[in-house]
Amino acid sequence: MPTPIISLPLSLSLRTQIRQFSASQEIEGARSPPQAMAARVLSFYLLLFLSIAQLGVSLYEDQVGLMDWHQRYIGKVKHAVFHTQRSGRKRVMVSTEQNVIASLDLRHGDIFWRRVLGANDSVDGIELAFGKYVISLSSAGGTLRAWNLPDGQMVWETSLQGSKPSKAFLLVPTNLKVDKDNLVLAFGGGCLVAVSSIDGEMLWKKDFAAESLEVQQVVQSPGSDVIYVLGFVGSTQFDIYQINGKNGEVIHHETSNYAGGFSRNTLIVSDDVLVALDVTGSILITVNFQGGKVRIDDKPISDLVGYYSGQVELLALRLGRMFALKAHQHIALISVTNEGKLEVAEKVNSAAAISDALPFSEGQLAVARVHHEDNKVQLTVKLGNDWSTNLLDETVKIDGQRGLVQKVFINNYIRTDRSHGFRALVVMEDHSLLLVQQGEIVWTREDGLASVLDVTTTELPVEKDGVSVSKVEQNLFDWLKGHVLKLKGTLMLATPDDMVAIQAMRLKSSEKSKMTRDHNGFRKLLIVLTQARKLYALHTGDGRIIWSLLIGSLRKSDACGHPVGLRVYPWQVPHHHAMDENPSVLVVGRCQLSQDAPGILSFVDAYTGSEIESSGPVHDVLQVIPLPFTDSTEQRLHLLIDTKQRGHLYPRSREALGIFQQKSSNIYWYSIETGNGIIRGYAIKGSCIHEDSDDFCFEPRDLWSVVFPGESEKIISMATPKLNEVVHTQAKVMVEQDLMYKYISKNLLFVATASPKASHGIGSATPEEASLVVYLIDTVTGRVFYRMTHQGCQAPVHAVFSENWVIYHYFNLRAHRYEMSVIEIYDQSRADNKDVLKLVVGKHNLTVPTSSYSRPEIVAKSQSYFFTHSVKAITVTLTAKGITSKQMLIGTIGDQVLALDKRYLDPRRSLNPSQAEKEEGVIPLTDSLPVIPQSYLTHALKVEGLRDVITVPAKLESTTLVFAYGVDLFFTRLAPSRTYDSLTEDFSYALLLLTIVALVAAIVVTWIWSERKELQEKWR
Amino acid sequence: MEARIFINAILYGLMCSSILSSAHAAAPADGFTINGRVKIPSAVVGAKGFGLQGKISDVKVILNGGQRATFLRPDGYFSFPDVPAGTHLIEVAALGYLFSPIRVDVSARNPGKVQAALTENRRALNELVLEPLREEQYYEIREPFSIMSIVKSPMGLMMGFMLIVVFLMPKLMENMDPEEIKRAQEEMRSQGVPSLANFLPGAARN
Repeated sequence: MPTPIISLPLSLSLRTQIRQFSASQEIEGARSPPQAMAARVLSFYLLLFLSIAQLGVSLYEDQVGLMDWHQRYIGKVKHAVFHTQRSGRKRVMVSTEQNVIASLDLRHGDIFWRRVLGANDSVDGIELAFGKYVISLSSAGGTLRAWNLPDGQMVWETSLQGSKPSKAFLLVPTNLKVDKDNLVLAFGGGCLVAVSSIDGEMLWKKDFAAESLEVQQVVQSPGSDVIYVLGFVGSTQFDIYQINGKNGEVIHHETSNYAGGFSRNTLIVSDDVLVALDVTGSILITVNFQGGKVRIDDKPISDLVGYYSGQVELLALRLGRMFALKAHQHIALISVTNEGKLEVAEKVNSAAAISDALPFSEGQLAVARVHHEDNKVQLTVKLGNDWSTNLLDETVKIDGQRGLVQKVFINNYIRTDRSHGFRALVVMEDHSLLLVQQGEIVWTREDGLASVLDVTTTELPVEKDGVSVSKVEQNLFDWLKGHVLKLKGTLMLATPDDMVAIQAMRLKSSEKSKMTRDHNGFRKLLIVLTQARKLYALHTGDGRIIWSLLIGSLRKSDACGHPVGLRVYPWQVPHHHAMDENPSVLVVGRCQLSQDAPGILSFVDAYTGSEIESSGPVHDVLQVIPLPFTDSTEQRLHLLIDTKQRGHLYPRSREALGIFQQKSSNIYWYSIETGNGIIRGYAIKGSCIHEDSDDFCFEPRDLWSVVFPGESEKIISMATPKLNEVVHTQAKVMVEQDLMYKYISKNLLFVATASPKASHGIGSATPEEASLVVYLIDTVTGRVFYRMTHQGCQAPVHAVFSENWVIYHYFNLRAHRYEMSVIEIYDQSRADNKDVLKLVVGKHNLTVPTSSYSRPEIVAKSQSYFFTHSVKAITVTLTAKGITSKQMLIGTIGDQVLALDKRYLDPRRSLNPSQAEKEEGVIPLTDSLPVIPQSYLTHALKVEGLRDVITVPAKLESTTLVFAYGVDLFFTRLAPSRTYDSLTEDFSYALLLLTIVALVAAIVVTWIWSERKELQEKWR
Repeated sequence: MEARIFINAILYGLMCSSILSSAHAAAPADGFTINGRVKIPSAVVGAKGFGLQGKISDVKVILNGGQRATFLRPDGYFSFPDVPAGTHLIEVAALGYLFSPIRVDVSARNPGKVQAALTENRRALNELVLEPLREEQYYEIREPFSIMSIVKSPMGLMMGFMLIVVFLMPKLMENMDPEEIKRAQEEMRSQGVPSLANFLPGAARN
């Protein structure tokens, strides 16, 4: 039971809040359904029980899954290795671009186990070893790990400390043994290392970087212990080393020169031929090194494939005696004959994907080729030795929203008629993973959701005829039966079967997954933009995908080489009476990752998931400012700022322009140049004057700038208040009826700077050379309201800004612990508004508009506390009217989300709070913030690879919706002060009914009694 | 070249598996190796829990707030190779347990000297053996059914109040002075017996 001491004051303060709340609710009471009315009546009774409320949120174990859902993903697959022995589970081992190594069930696509490596620990390769380990090489050849195949337990880990960055290869030879111990070869950091497969101990090491050899390929000579190491010295010299795999000794070394020079794009063909491109990329060089003798031939590419233009690329595939060359719009499959001649076997469209060759019976190789035809996908498995033979030719229908096939991996099995069958694991453009077998998709994984970039929400349609999707409307009898079951549960009368039925009923409640808007605002659509440039709509009730859209305008085209998605904004939010209009969202993207690349805008209908309109490539987009104005169709005005700080207004209509020009004198923005340490403020100057401008472009006017001294301060973090946050009351009642006015402004910016040494990770700076400075800056005037220095503290800083306070998390080097600090700011100029009279007619009365230019007198209060964990993200709960007390939501390094009440981070906490302070809810001072296990929102789950947590207010004032994303997705709803305005999920209606019946019976009985007694009195 | 500094001399029983620790340091160029062990007492494992505690394969060890992460070997050991000299922070992320972050000083002057201390309670560690501060219980425990919980519920209180009115009030009346009752009754009579009829719209005319 955490902190029972302060429970009573909480209930007192809540009571006042509820009064205010119900008053504001009464106005729209006519529309409320009876359930809410009953809730309001009963809220009085519930208040009596709020005194047992705690500061945390907590959950019973049987409530898991009632309001939360959790989805596990792995990300875009880059390597896959099948493990399909006769007996036991069939599985496929994959590694992904999200640094996940996972073992998937080949039958259903479920995750057997997965390990999420560190953020800088990207996987270079995985291999199966000896039927019991998965060997992974990661960190550019820096770390070699072995994982136990069945359960994913790490068996050993070896660090290969190379001397210089290089390519990384992993080689698991099947027959290379030293004293019955199999060897694993890894190349990374310029060194070739042999490692024992039993314990990971390094057996020998050969450094090639010392000989300035740039190693391109490492191959094992088939059937022998000899390892070939091939590489270049400079651009023209080719070197080949033959190494004894058992001890690492060089058997033979030969060099050869090619005057044309090699590019770094090479490929091994058939164990003894290396294919490379020359420096210009127009000549194909084949290096035959059979038996250690080097023979170099060259051939112009145009001789092979005819006319082509643009870049040529060798695809990193192992295809037996073939290789794939990507030129222009085509992939040419070129085979190398035994005499070393090159022949084009086939030319396919570049939208095709080709698998590695798979040896399936003696000396035979199978290669899969997948290409698109209309909206179908053609999967062909060909014999590698004889390209004209098709082993398999299947047509699979794949959802068009999955885009093109990116990668394919094949695996063979023996059919019942002893012929060879093939299954293919296909990675699509939207990062989803499909298993295709016998012309059908066996399973699909939506792994695009592992790389969420941005999230917004929209309301669902209002319930009306023809809109309701719910099929299972319960009748009264079922409803009552359910509640009787629940009552049995509470009274401990239920049998185990009943318990199961109760749990299933609770989890399956059709109420939460309906496709219509609910009164409490719990059901919404989460619109999620992923790295694969795909937009998903997820239902908040159960997390299912309502629609998905691969955004057409954000796909690769000639005008746009490497498009990336950036953010998603609510664009049009129709008023709730406009039932025929659908809300829409704006997706902002860029042609390239660099900031000055042209921008792309796409407008997507949030109900149907279709692209309404798109524009682009347009001007570059540095930031997007949603303005607080809407036009007559309720499209929100957005100002897009480009790298020259010019503003571009959207939507591009006369009406929007009219609205904007009226308000343009009040529009301010700022830019942060992190590299230079400058923050600049701007306002609108007038229409653009450069040549190709239009009416919707506006020139900036420099207003102010804040320059941080570059040698001592580097900008490391900033935070602003959320634009959609609602603040209920400006005043805060202090002890002894004292009043403080919160300084509330949306134009505040929190900036943290650190000394250059302290701006990197922990472990690089000493307390003496580290300092952290935090600023509160008004973004309209550039005025610095507050500045504070933390000596001996350093990055990383995570901050959250809400109402009149900022909370930030940083590392204190002196104590060697994390700290969280709070700054609260109050407006002193209005402090004399102590009574009603002054409030109405005083100098700073209610009617005086607050302006950033009025130079308010600011008082700041601050306090710091220790906090145990490293933090990945911090956010704060948001509620519809801002009445409910706030909780911080902290994404910890352990990938959990912790809820921490704001009152723990109150600057007024003192060692011995006075009686009045205690009544108000001030918690006695402790040096560190409590970590209460029951207040982990994610309870016994992990949101692997957590990146951010977002909060969305529900319509019910007490409740916030919380969405945490990383490699996994997690959604829940949270009531920071408990659900004081509605009945909880497990409220027993049956018990209520029973009580009423009992009361009525009691009334009848007593009435009869009294009648009888009266009669007797009269006869006496 | 590894110089083992601390040698494990302590043997634990079977229940608590044994520990070794360490701090060795290989010193190629600029990096040192931090070796340590996470020990989750087996007495705690599986005592009560959600089936996830004690799974050593899920435990992650994190250096400097996410710069590097590693996993545990079956015997609980972990290592961070190539760590520069300085003061570092090691965190253990294990579902179901709270671990204190550990401050680790890697000294450049005498290679191999590694000092460690828990940051939560400033306890110095002789050897880098990390044990959980406590188990974490993520769920509230449901109170078993009791008659008190019904009585304390809103409905229970309503009933209780009614019962008091029905059964205790007459008792109170009995104990009152009969004179006083008579006076009260007279008073009431003079005002007229309040009855439902009075509240009806038509009643006012009578």
